[in-house]
Amino acid sequence: MLTRFLTRLGWSVVTMFGTSLLVFILLNAVPGDVARIVAGPKASPAVLKQVRARYHLDEPWWRRLGYYYAGLAHGDVGHSFVTDQPVAQAILTRLPTTAALATVAVVMWMAVAVPLGVSTARYRGSIFDRGTLVVATLTLSLPAFWLARMLQYWLAYKLRWFPVAGFRSFVDLLLPAATLAILAIGYYARLIHANMVEVLQSPYVTAARAKGVSEMGVLFRHGLRNALIPVVTILGMDVAGLLGGVIFTENVFALPGIGTLAVQSVFNLDVPVIMGTVLFSALIVVGANLVVDVLYQWIDPRIKERV
Amino acid sequence: MADLLARAGDVGLASGPVLWQYSRALLANRLFTAGAAMVIFLAVLALVAPVLSRAGWLRDPMQQEAAGLDEDGIPRPAGGAYRLGTDNLGRDVLARAVHGTRISLTIGTAAMVMATVIGVLIGLLAGFYGGKVDLALMRFTEMNMTIPAILLAVAFAGLMDGRVLHLAPEAWHWRWLDVELKRGMFSLFVIIGLVCWPGMVRVIRAQVLVLKEREFVQAARVLGASDARLLLRHLLPNILPTVIVLAAMSTANTILLEAGLGYLGIGVPPPTPTWGSMIFDGQLLFTVAPHIVVAPGVAIVLTVLAFNLMGQGLQEVLDPKQKK
Repeated sequence: MLTRFLTRLGWSVVTMFGTSLLVFILLNAVPGDVARIVAGPKASPAVLKQVRARYHLDEPWWRRLGYYYAGLAHGDVGHSFVTDQPVAQAILTRLPTTAALATVAVVMWMAVAVPLGVSTARYRGSIFDRGTLVVATLTLSLPAFWLARMLQYWLAYKLRWFPVAGFRSFVDLLLPAATLAILAIGYYARLIHANMVEVLQSPYVTAARAKGVSEMGVLFRHGLRNALIPVVTILGMDVAGLLGGVIFTENVFALPGIGTLAVQSVFNLDVPVIMGTVLFSALIVVGANLVVDVLYQWIDPRIKERV
Repeated sequence: MADLLARAGDVGLASGPVLWQYSRALLANRLFTAGAAMVIFLAVLALVAPVLSRAGWLRDPMQQEAAGLDEDGIPRPAGGAYRLGTDNLGRDVLARAVHGTRISLTIGTAAMVMATVIGVLIGLLAGFYGGKVDLALMRFTEMNMTIPAILLAVAFAGLMDGRVLHLAPEAWHWRWLDVELKRGMFSLFVIIGLVCWPGMVRVIRAQVLVLKEREFVQAARVLGASDARLLLRHLLPNILPTVIVLAAMSTANTILLEAGLGYLGIGVPPPTPTWGSMIFDGQLLFTVAPHIVVAPGVAIVLTVLAFNLMGQGLQEVLDPKQKK
């Protein structure tokens, strides 16, 4: 088990190394006077020279690659072109908002998707089941930014049920999280449905029924527990998608999170911050995959036998 | 082909040429017919939009009309002379939404083709060669999967600031290899295509891994078929149903991504009407003129829904065993 974990950890490191190399190439593939972007169009040659020296722009690419990795090893992703704030600091100060938003969203959508997936599997083929399929396909087709705007307009601005924008308390997270949840509920309900249908046909469920286990016991103790195993993997891989959705919802609801930071940095052409957010989300995704991989052995002990 | 026939049998068809059987099964599938009808309608709309504008059935999507704003400079609401109202510059929202179909479908389709080619190529090679090739290609795919597609696209788009990239060394003076990095339809579909392929690779690879052990592939190999022949004549045709399903579903993604980039203000530059940028422009007046944002949003939802429905229908018919 430890070897398996270490192998996975090793591969995660390789993946992160590759991703950071990709980011470096993106940063450096485009020739252009970075010094001019930093110092502004009217900077004097002396200032430009200073800026070039500071960002090592006058040195060959392989030395800059060295500085880049030396920096990364210290958790240093560079400084913002615009605010001169260290990128790592800019990201970390915004992390709690994004993390809170994502957590509330995941709790919301699982709280709806699990009962929905189980009941549509139980009453498979019914009007309720087909109707859920249609609604699920519809929610898959909604653009996050548009749904966020619509909910904001009707539920917050018109009906005044929720705060419109900003981040002062937990309540401000409800509507943005609901946006993310609506986008995901359909997909997860279908996923749980598909797994439940398969599990409910398995011999151990028939055995449980034959033993006289109650319907609820069959569905939740025997069925759902097993049906959730693949869902956990998808959830781990979906972190990337979730971060994508966060970019838009944070933007619409003016939450000071990593998504807002990424969008702002694009408007400002603040390349170090753009790349910093890319690297950071890659780190989160790789970490989530690793955690899922380890959790998996605990959830599904059969995995051990296969290794 | 025997495999395809067997699968056609699975969906309850007995005789006739394979293509004919598939078409009949597809036409009988309600998800597919609904999706395909919507896609055809949108494609026709995209084609005839300029004709409609010229014939006067539709207003000019670029024209900032004086009558389009009231005395306070507020856009006209839906109904009246402007059927879906006007936007913040007094342009007809209906005309812009209809013309937006052109950008959305063009970029969405082109990006889908690009993503599919990359995804299928990598999946085929990884599955077919196995070993180190597989390891390297799959690690590369994983690296690309770690970055959220929209964020990577945003990062790419952030690099599009009008600079010129010399693909050939300066001294060669090969100007034809210069690429101007600017935002436009071309750079957008390349960016979207470059970030949308990783999801396909695993599905294709898994299929190739199974197929390459099958007797007909082994037989061809024994007969001395080259790798290229095995890949193109034996493996590719057999994964085609899956490729078609993936392509249809990924079009839904590429269109959403195009709209998303437009919404962030880094899509096709103004004044070209695109759904994403219409929503971006309409936001400022959202509280007084929500119709500017509603119309393009509904257009996006319908288009994406059309491709999703088509994809699901195709999956039920072509690829019934494949679970998403």
